[in-house]
Amino acid sequence: MWLTRPLSERSTQLFLGILFIAMLLVTVLHVALPEGHALHVSAYTVTLLGKYLCYALLAVAVDLVWGYLGILSLGHGAFFALGGYAMGMYLMRQIGDRGVYGDPLLPDFMVFLNWDALPWYWQGFDMAWFAVIMVLLAPGLLALVFGFLAFRSRVTGVYLSIITQALTFALMLAFFRNEMGFGGNNGLTDFKDILGFNLRTDATRLGLFLATGVALAVGYIVCRAIVASKLGRVSIACRDAEARTRFLGYRVERVQLFVFVVSAMLAGVAGALYVPQVGIINPSEFSPLFSIEIVVWVALGGRATLYGAVIGAVLVNYAKTVFTGIMPDAWLFALGALFVLVTVFLPKGIAGLLPSLRRPKVGDDPAAPGPGHDPGYDPDHDPDQAADAQSPANREATV
Amino acid sequence: MSFISELSHRDRVFDFLTPTLSPVDVRHGPILYMDGVTVTFDGFRAINDLSLTIDDGELRCIIGPNGAGKTTMMDIITGKTRPDTGSVWFGSRHNLLTKSEPDIASLGIGRKFQKPTVFEALSIFENLELAMSADKRVFPSLTARMTGETIDRIEEVLTTVGLTRLRHRAAGILSHGQKQWLEIGMLLMQKPRLLLVDEPVAGMTEQEMERTAELLTSLAGKQSVVVVEHDMGFVRSIARTVTVLHQGSVLAEGTMDQVSNDPKVIEVYLGEGA
Ligand SMILES: Nc1ncnc2c1ncn2[C@@H]1O[C@H](COP(=O)(O)OP(=O)(O)OP(=O)(O)O)[C@@H](O)[C@H]1O
Ligand SMILES: [Mg+2]
Repeated sequence: MWLTRPLSERSTQLFLGILFIAMLLVTVLHVALPEGHALHVSAYTVTLLGKYLCYALLAVAVDLVWGYLGILSLGHGAFFALGGYAMGMYLMRQIGDRGVYGDPLLPDFMVFLNWDALPWYWQGFDMAWFAVIMVLLAPGLLALVFGFLAFRSRVTGVYLSIITQALTFALMLAFFRNEMGFGGNNGLTDFKDILGFNLRTDATRLGLFLATGVALAVGYIVCRAIVASKLGRVSIACRDAEARTRFLGYRVERVQLFVFVVSAMLAGVAGALYVPQVGIINPSEFSPLFSIEIVVWVALGGRATLYGAVIGAVLVNYAKTVFTGIMPDAWLFALGALFVLVTVFLPKGIAGLLPSLRRPKVGDDPAAPGPGHDPGYDPDHDPDQAADAQSPANREATV
Repeated sequence: MSFISELSHRDRVFDFLTPTLSPVDVRHGPILYMDGVTVTFDGFRAINDLSLTIDDGELRCIIGPNGAGKTTMMDIITGKTRPDTGSVWFGSRHNLLTKSEPDIASLGIGRKFQKPTVFEALSIFENLELAMSADKRVFPSLTARMTGETIDRIEEVLTTVGLTRLRHRAAGILSHGQKQWLEIGMLLMQKPRLLLVDEPVAGMTEQEMERTAELLTSLAGKQSVVVVEHDMGFVRSIARTVTVLHQGSVLAEGTMDQVSNDPKVIEVYLGEGA
């Protein structure tokens, strides 16, 4: 199956290995060591790490469209937030009559606004399966409609980036309004439990952290499967020479639409896992600044590698946590400086510093069975071929 | 009722069953038919009432001074530019003016660009893989597998264009001439019925030019080839019929000797430098 193909890649195995070992380590240090032990991981830290993993999944989604398709989305926060709101609506309905006003059906903010019935779009969110579908469907549909219009009219480059900014900005303004029925600028909060588990217990928090880790792993595998397929190579072709790709018979706008929708859905999943861990979703997640920040994580980590996005998201957000603790006002300047330094001195991002783990190319030799064959072979470092390319005599002979 | 009885003839292919991308029909005429085509860019007529036909299996050279509209003509055939008036048909069945670029490519019209455009970040092997005639929709591309057959086919073309040793290098490292060859290789992978080749030998050495001439001549017959070229020596070496384009319309047509002796041609074109 195409989806399981990445599992035989060395780089994917390494990524998943490191992720699972980290998850295991956190679990052991959290559960087995007594509080007060020097190496004990507190529930607070577990949730913080869970938040980083949500950001990492979001960054992977952005890298899929930016790194491999060349679409610089400055509005992926919108898909993240929509997934988050879908989850938030489920969590609100889980509160039931335990709210401040004790209304069995209406969330507190609706009672406060004197609404007497649940709006139609809040129906169904009392069921977890429905919420899960909406987590994928809401961002996916928005991406489908938006992408259909934009790609069909061949909007690309800076213009597309600007429209994605406008999209998330417009949604932010809309969600700020109380009449929209999403809690206005307070958003949705005061959640009690998820799937019947109390959100305040350490066990639930650990569970959410682990679930996020698994979601990141699955999201990574999905992206890797796309990127390593022929469609992934078509995406790169669209990124580098869109018109040329069309003349080969590929429907560029459909390729873009497919990858964009997949990316939006992954962002939605990240948002959905983020909300129960931070305990709130409000319109600030739609802020254009947040979407730009995501792009900065990816740029810092290294574009078009996927694991670079993960590294970037985790490192930048860790730095943000540390920095805002010491000098909250300086964070944006620090981020800006970091961005400038990395783009100047490390154009390939942090991932560019790592030892090369390139996938083996398909068809290394005519007898090769396909991807996964001879993983140790790196054509770029094959001295035979390198010499070949440099020697003019050889060139004459081969052409 | 007659409709139903017609349906019972299982060996018949009905019109409504014929897919839009049905094979090109050249039984009753040329493979490419352009008539009265005019294109205006901001009031400037780049193509002016151009009429041109290419027969099935023909090798046609098109020459003309800079700005004559040669590249624009290819843009029209491949769906990149829409003309203001005129008609363009591929065989007797396909009206190219109603089709998109990918559709036209899938019908079997391949194109090599004047400025070689290969996918520089992809390897030479992958460039050829993408060009290969296959189901190019999204999901088939996602699940496509590299079969021994496809690898053989790519290897075959790699040998033809002499890039076997470099097949896993990024296409970006190639020299101008090698990129031209890679583009020709990509054309071959597409297995088109009609090849539009825009200035194939620019940046090539004498030797490389000879091999290109050989390759293009060998293709003609099985496929139809339209070559736009400035290099007169090259045109002379491959040309059977030459069309001279000037200010967006056909100035002369005939063998190389005929057109190079045509006073009008000498005046506007050959007279300039040669
Ligand atoms: N998109 C466009 N917008 C405006 N003018 C254009 C456009 N494309 C081509 N032209 C003009 O149309 C004319 C014909 O251009 P075209 O590229 O077809 O010439 P050509 O015969 O291919 O020349 P060359 O031998 O230099 O390649 C030129 O004057 C060019 O400037
Ligand atoms: Mg030209």
